[in-house]
Amino acid sequence: MTVNEVQDSITEEFSEFEEWMDKYNLLIEMGRELPVIDPVFKTKDFLIEGCQSKVWLHPEFDGKKIKFTADSDAIITKGIVALLIKVLSDRTPEEIISADLYFIDKIGLRQNLSPTRSNGLLSMVKQIKLYAIAYNAKQKI
Amino acid sequence: MKDINDIRADFPILGRKIYNKPLVYFDNGATTQKPQCVIDTINEVFSAYNSNIHRGVHFLSDKASEEYENAREKVRSFINAGKKDEIIFTSGTTGSINAIAFSFGERYISNGDEIILSHLEHHANIVPWQMMCERKGAKIRVIPVSDNGEIIFEEYLKLLSGRTRLVAVTQVSNSLGTILPVKQIINAAHSINIPVLVDGAQGIQHGVTDVRDMDCDFYAFSGHKIYGPTGIGVLYGKTSLLEELPPYQGGGDMVQNVSFSKTTYNELPFKFEAGTMNFPGAIGLATAIDYLLSLGMENIKRRENELLKYAAQRLKAIKGLKIYGNSEQKISIISFLLKDIHMYDTGMVLDKLGIAVRTGTHCAQPVMDRFGIEGTVRASMCFYNTFEEIDILGTGIEKVISMFS
Repeated sequence: MTVNEVQDSITEEFSEFEEWMDKYNLLIEMGRELPVIDPVFKTKDFLIEGCQSKVWLHPEFDGKKIKFTADSDAIITKGIVALLIKVLSDRTPEEIISADLYFIDKIGLRQNLSPTRSNGLLSMVKQIKLYAIAYNAKQKI
Repeated sequence: MKDINDIRADFPILGRKIYNKPLVYFDNGATTQKPQCVIDTINEVFSAYNSNIHRGVHFLSDKASEEYENAREKVRSFINAGKKDEIIFTSGTTGSINAIAFSFGERYISNGDEIILSHLEHHANIVPWQMMCERKGAKIRVIPVSDNGEIIFEEYLKLLSGRTRLVAVTQVSNSLGTILPVKQIINAAHSINIPVLVDGAQGIQHGVTDVRDMDCDFYAFSGHKIYGPTGIGVLYGKTSLLEELPPYQGGGDMVQNVSFSKTTYNELPFKFEAGTMNFPGAIGLATAIDYLLSLGMENIKRRENELLKYAAQRLKAIKGLKIYGNSEQKISIISFLLKDIHMYDTGMVLDKLGIAVRTGTHCAQPVMDRFGIEGTVRASMCFYNTFEEIDILGTGIEKVISMFS
């Protein structure tokens, strides 16, 4: 599936629920599917520090595609990272760099994107894109 | 005291819905909501007599200056200061403390001197002193805190020494709600002639404040935490000290005479009020004070105590909920964590139930470090909250527990 196909399928899944509590329950469930980071990478180097919950994100580049694993100490945040990974993991750096993440808006998580929000969704997206840019540059050398 | 429904009707925001649920506002420690009369006052300033203060000879400037000075008198009488000139308007508690940290530091602090703070301080009563100490080569000594969130008084007494130049403590802990024994702290410091600054940001709105009875040398508070506008605050200082301190900001209005060779400063309080002051904020603050006085500070205190008692009882009944800060002397704040549930998850779900609480360190990281936690969920209540709202919070917390375990 392309980046946008995954985004559309997530959007569809969330659109089945009106109530925020149900949306959160879905997020909690998504968190369970998160490809969990190897504990050895749960270090400061891989920590994306949001204000309140911790997120560790680890990239692995096989020369073509980047695979991400992650974890968080807060469950809702874990669900959010899981969504991002679903959309952006196992992609080429170019795909990641050019991805327009419209699903965040569509499923109502946009308020979580503001830089002052505590879960640091914005920092996660930024970090994922930074890794892609770095690997992309490396590839060209 | 006025009927609770009538009180709530005075605050337009309390009637609104959040995610289709009635707002339950338990973030009063961060900022309080504004009664209609305060909103109307701000409106009136801008629509009827907005004009720069202390400068013009014209009608509007006179009116604005007069209202601004009336606000100063209102604050003076509210905290029972001896003189109107001892009331300096600032941008808030943070502004007030920074002003003293600078001015007092310049005048009285030198290498090797010490400042005493408590472990319960908000960052606003830590960082300005650290900046000053760095400049002056002085040191901060910290009064330790017991497991129930009270300062250990005997340890404080041990910290007082010939090197101490100032004690700066909060009246009430913003993160745990503990009321500090400021009077005793001040007495002990005064016995060796050490002045004391009291951070009143979380204290002033919960009862009668009498700076002369307290005998503090400086007192700081914010307008927005006492149902007034944001961006206005107060610094009270004893005349004898304020007169000795150099100004911390230069500009218009704080001067008597300016030439390129020498400038002489204005008298108190204007020496400390450089530039155009937030006069609409000051005038709005005066209205907020009038409103509180109409309810009665003793009544407010009684009502908030009842809310605290009820909330403590309701929340303590929830299995897995741990309250941080269990002093007998507390304002209506409950700081808590749920077993094995991240505070952020708790806050996010409560938010969607229309309940506003604060999660995190509450700008008091040392307190969190003291208890070995990353932060708490804080429900801070005030007189316009209800027992029903506490029940909604209790049910909400139970919902959180069922979702995450």
